[in-house]
Amino acid sequence: MTYTQQRPPMAESSAELRARIPGWGADLNPRHRPAVPMERLDPHPYGAVWDFPERQPEHWPRERSNEHAFLTPVFGTSCPPHGPAGAIRKLAYRRYSEGRAAHWLLLLAADRIDATTGTLRSFASRHPANPIAETGMLAEFKYHGLRSRRGQQRADLVHQPLDLVIVGGSWLAAAVGTYRLVRRVRRVVQRAR
Amino acid sequence: MRAMVYRGPYRIRVEDKPRPVLEHPNDAIVKVTRAAICGSDLHLYHGMMPDTRVGMTFGHEFIGVVDEVGPSVRTLQAGDRVMVPFNIFCGTCYFCARGLYANCHNVNPNATAVGGIYGYSHTCGGYDGGQAEYVRVPFADVGPELIPEWMDDEDAVLLTDAVATGYFGAQLGDIVEGDVVVVFGAGPVGLSAAASAWLMGAGRVIVIDHLDYRLAKARSFAHAETYNFTEHADIVVLLKKLTDHLGADVAIDAVGAEADGNLLQHITSAKLKLQGGSPIALNWAIDSVRKGGAVSVMGAYGPMFSAVKFGDAMNKGLTLRMNQCPVKRQWPRLFEHVRNGYLKPRDLVTHRIPLEHIAEGYHLFSAKLDGCIKPLIVPSAA
Ligand SMILES: [Zn+2]
Ligand SMILES: [Zn+2]
Repeated sequence: MTYTQQRPPMAESSAELRARIPGWGADLNPRHRPAVPMERLDPHPYGAVWDFPERQPEHWPRERSNEHAFLTPVFGTSCPPHGPAGAIRKLAYRRYSEGRAAHWLLLLAADRIDATTGTLRSFASRHPANPIAETGMLAEFKYHGLRSRRGQQRADLVHQPLDLVIVGGSWLAAAVGTYRLVRRVRRVVQRAR
Repeated sequence: MRAMVYRGPYRIRVEDKPRPVLEHPNDAIVKVTRAAICGSDLHLYHGMMPDTRVGMTFGHEFIGVVDEVGPSVRTLQAGDRVMVPFNIFCGTCYFCARGLYANCHNVNPNATAVGGIYGYSHTCGGYDGGQAEYVRVPFADVGPELIPEWMDDEDAVLLTDAVATGYFGAQLGDIVEGDVVVVFGAGPVGLSAAASAWLMGAGRVIVIDHLDYRLAKARSFAHAETYNFTEHADIVVLLKKLTDHLGADVAIDAVGAEADGNLLQHITSAKLKLQGGSPIALNWAIDSVRKGGAVSVMGAYGPMFSAVKFGDAMNKGLTLRMNQCPVKRQWPRLFEHVRNGYLKPRDLVTHRIPLEHIAEGYHLFSAKLDGCIKPLIVPSAA
């Protein structure tokens, strides 16, 4: 059929589909689909009364993409950049546009440093990192971990062991880092004597 | 207040955090009554999205009760039950004025290529999300909407992203009567896209996934024909055979950045971050759609480049359409479909998890245990 001009016949007619599937064809007419045509100019939809919104106060030098002309009038205030990860983040925003791989790779590197230093810092806090609670691994027992995987041809089973390396890897790095730090501090102390 | 907090890849916990405050005259503080974990939250959880900072609270799918409003807020007051679209948007910039609420230019200083999203890393504006007891909602006059009295809370929370995005994905395919539609991914978004394709007059809806329980849901929830790609040597050849070697008229990628099925792609993208996402599902969509067909993408991808088969898309004369869903624009029509029983969002919910146990919720959802399709989070005080 495909090698001629006719389209292959349908298994079910529209009438049959309408009878079988609730709502079949309710939006057959594109006019019933939301906002067609896509671009309908409406400068004040819903409750907006401004043309340019009032500006949210900037309490610290808020990092921004260098593709923006200025800090947007509204922005998130979660997790201001701090420490080495924060310095890398500020550099990524200041130096590289969103079109550059360096921008995103620096941000990802900062994320990993942030996670590692965050874990190290947590040991000095009242809430040290707890791998059992934080990875939610108890769900394996509560929600049929084995049964959910056994006898299933799941594509993700191939790489799930890799995920363990990723989780365990940062712990290993943290342990090595702590060991080195402790060793260095001890040497400094010994030398001072 | 209690809030979910990111600690690093595959690690989250619940902490005491200061209650959010009004930072802009049009802000509201909303007390969360239901939140959801989204498939795209897993990209954050796995450390795939750049600038996801330790200490951040995730969650862009939530409903709640208005607790406090800023001085310029006119349309909402304390006590109102609201549903909040996952997009943060101003309503009046160049893009909002054209209905592109996911592309608002006034809410995300960290990037111009993506809009503002609650709890979705600093790449999406650095806003804390709704997997917490309270959340700051900017542009309270524009984004949130009162939950209609007849609407169930669980329907409402699913409409803040998953179901609206699925419908939007089908809409981007420009389906005409009798079209063969293939949907890659049987998560909540793919299931909603498949169900929505019928409303737009599809003649045949095929869903592809690797998890049998999700394919069973595709048959019951979306009346779809289903195939498990792990049972077939080449899913593209299978789809060609199923369609008289023509290919589907419309292919919908409801998978996004963490597609499974090719270890090399998975490692270079999900693990080594050398790509903005593993484009396996997208490439399958490009390969299996007919020449002159349409590929619709609303699975989430990161900002880095991906190895997409662009040459095939060009040579086949495909129409590629994609965006984050402008949720609020979709709502009036979706409310009618829910009211008529054509779409049943809450049927997707499989788990209800207290906020205190959210780490287990993430692991459950990420590892796809216990037949999980959509987990809801119930805050401690709700
Ligand atoms: Zn979502
Ligand atoms: Zn805007």
